[in-house]
Amino acid sequence: MPKTIIEKVWNDHIVYEEKGKPDLLYIDLHLLHEVTSPQAFEGLRLNKRKVRRPDLSFATMDHNVPTKNRSNITDPVSRKQISTLAQNCKEFGVPLAHMDHPDQGIVHVIGPDLGLTQPGKTIVCGDSHTSTHGAFGALAFGIGTSEVEHVLSTQTLWQSKPKTMEIKVIGELGFGVTAKDVILAIISKFGVDVGTGHIVEYTGDAIRKFSMEERMTICNMSIEAGARAGLISPDEKTVEYLKGRAHVPDGGAFDALKNNWLSYATDEGASYDQTLEIHSNEIEPFVTWGTNPSMGSGISSAIPYASDYAEKSDREELKQALTYMDLKEGTPLSSIEIQHVFIGSCTNSRISDLREAAEVVKGKTVHPNVTALVVPGSFKVKLQAEKEGLHKIFEQAGFQWRESGCSMCLAMNDDIVPPGERCASTSNRNFEGRQGAGARTHLVSPVMAAAAAIKGHFVDVRNMLSVHA
Amino acid sequence: MKEINKLSGIATPLDRVNLDTDQIIPKQFLKRIERTGFGNYLFYGWRFREDGTPNPSFILNNPQYEGSEILVASHNFGCGSSREHAPWALLDYGFKVIIAPSFADIFYNNCVKNGILPIRLNEASVRQLIKESTEHQKEVFINLEEQFIQYDTEEKITFDIDPYWKEMLLNGWDEIALTYQFEEQIAAYEKKHA
Repeated sequence: MPKTIIEKVWNDHIVYEEKGKPDLLYIDLHLLHEVTSPQAFEGLRLNKRKVRRPDLSFATMDHNVPTKNRSNITDPVSRKQISTLAQNCKEFGVPLAHMDHPDQGIVHVIGPDLGLTQPGKTIVCGDSHTSTHGAFGALAFGIGTSEVEHVLSTQTLWQSKPKTMEIKVIGELGFGVTAKDVILAIISKFGVDVGTGHIVEYTGDAIRKFSMEERMTICNMSIEAGARAGLISPDEKTVEYLKGRAHVPDGGAFDALKNNWLSYATDEGASYDQTLEIHSNEIEPFVTWGTNPSMGSGISSAIPYASDYAEKSDREELKQALTYMDLKEGTPLSSIEIQHVFIGSCTNSRISDLREAAEVVKGKTVHPNVTALVVPGSFKVKLQAEKEGLHKIFEQAGFQWRESGCSMCLAMNDDIVPPGERCASTSNRNFEGRQGAGARTHLVSPVMAAAAAIKGHFVDVRNMLSVHA
Repeated sequence: MKEINKLSGIATPLDRVNLDTDQIIPKQFLKRIERTGFGNYLFYGWRFREDGTPNPSFILNNPQYEGSEILVASHNFGCGSSREHAPWALLDYGFKVIIAPSFADIFYNNCVKNGILPIRLNEASVRQLIKESTEHQKEVFINLEEQFIQYDTEEKITFDIDPYWKEMLLNGWDEIALTYQFEEQIAAYEKKHA
């Protein structure tokens, strides 16, 4: 019987199954960072437990690290969290890319970059955006700290099998429409909880045409649709991306591995519990205007009216969101002025994101009312960008060029949007206070963020891009 | 974790759909390396004004709900980040039961691992309970063993829960210790896939 990739990966990892119980799943890769791991290591210590497979674990520092004056963490609580991870990794033998290590970066950027992320693997991390790794055909999902402790000590997790969902992106995307616009359009169309209790596989022509970086952007925001995980069947692009990466074997071993990877792809005719469809021609560059990622619209449209919604709870949610955002019903999105631009985060901080944004920025100047920031996803991304001269393009335009980390996506470090100010952000969440208490976040693609930085308000970036044959 | 079974008391209504974990515990409080002490920061942005004084219009600052151990919320409660600091903050503040039409997956798991009982009830029952709890402080009775909640009348509103999680909550078991009983199977899996 034809199977989906979801069933294949799941079934391959069952250590123990019993009717009426969740399955005990084996975990192939456990990624760790400083924020959600200290209490888990402490639990191990209190119970005199060890890390079962340090060789299947990998840690880095990303959420809390400064993106300028790297060595100077002024907040003693932050400093302690950083040093605690270093101590824990040393004590338990877990490999660590310290904040000054060349492999450091946002955990969801470095996993694929190092080739730790591979098709058919089960991957977990104490971070909801672990779904990013699904772009490679891995079953990757976020877990809480208790589960981090469970994986550290047993390399397994008890998991109830979620339902399967296909989200099909039909047809070819228009000029200037990016992966970020596609995922924002999906969430806007189907809602922030459409995926609850499901693992989503993204399919369709547009998904196949996407680069691995674009696929990561799509899978990254699966959690914003409520999904347990999101993934894409591996193909030649997946194999090509991984070839030669640090943790990927070469020679004959690679050929064997490659065949194994490709065998995980969903079989022709496999069925899902649910299939949703979206047509590419419905999608234009997107801007969110509310306080959850489903509250967004195409750049040519305006903020909806409460009267557009049938449900009372939706009308109330709209009103609450617009009060927080200080916006009015019916306002055209292109008239919204911004004071900050953030290009970065595990959604959009890879080299291709920076290249695309630089293309828009080149030879132009950041609007005088705007503070703009580029935070590369990893040390390697930063070095590559500098090799290509992208940092010069950004700096000459008036952007700040920073060290890698999560930065203004969640503003745990000093990169904070002040109260009442507005940020065009390439990150994944526009919740109240996400980028700072009272800060107002608008989620966009890197090119839309770059365009807003230049103009001082949202614009249709398609009018600023040159068409390449 | 502490076991949970029967509990009664007034329920605190919090009528916001898609309530995310950034609201439950804002990121500036995630830097601590302990599991305890997060209760003071629960719903921080709504509970306190900019000068740090309590915001009297927020429900948790209404003295009528003081000491409440039951939270009644709207659909997709706990969406967003995987931060377990959210249930730690709820528990530390004193909430032991959360009733909502639906929960985000990771948040739900994080609750049961900490001895918080998340109860999924149909939308109509939750709406009714929110209404009742807003208008009068109702004494609500919860029974996990028999899977029902009850208030006012004799009518029992039943709820579903995965039998595995129910057992864990009723007994307050250490899940890791349980999993150690499967050492043989884990070792066999590792051998086969080495």
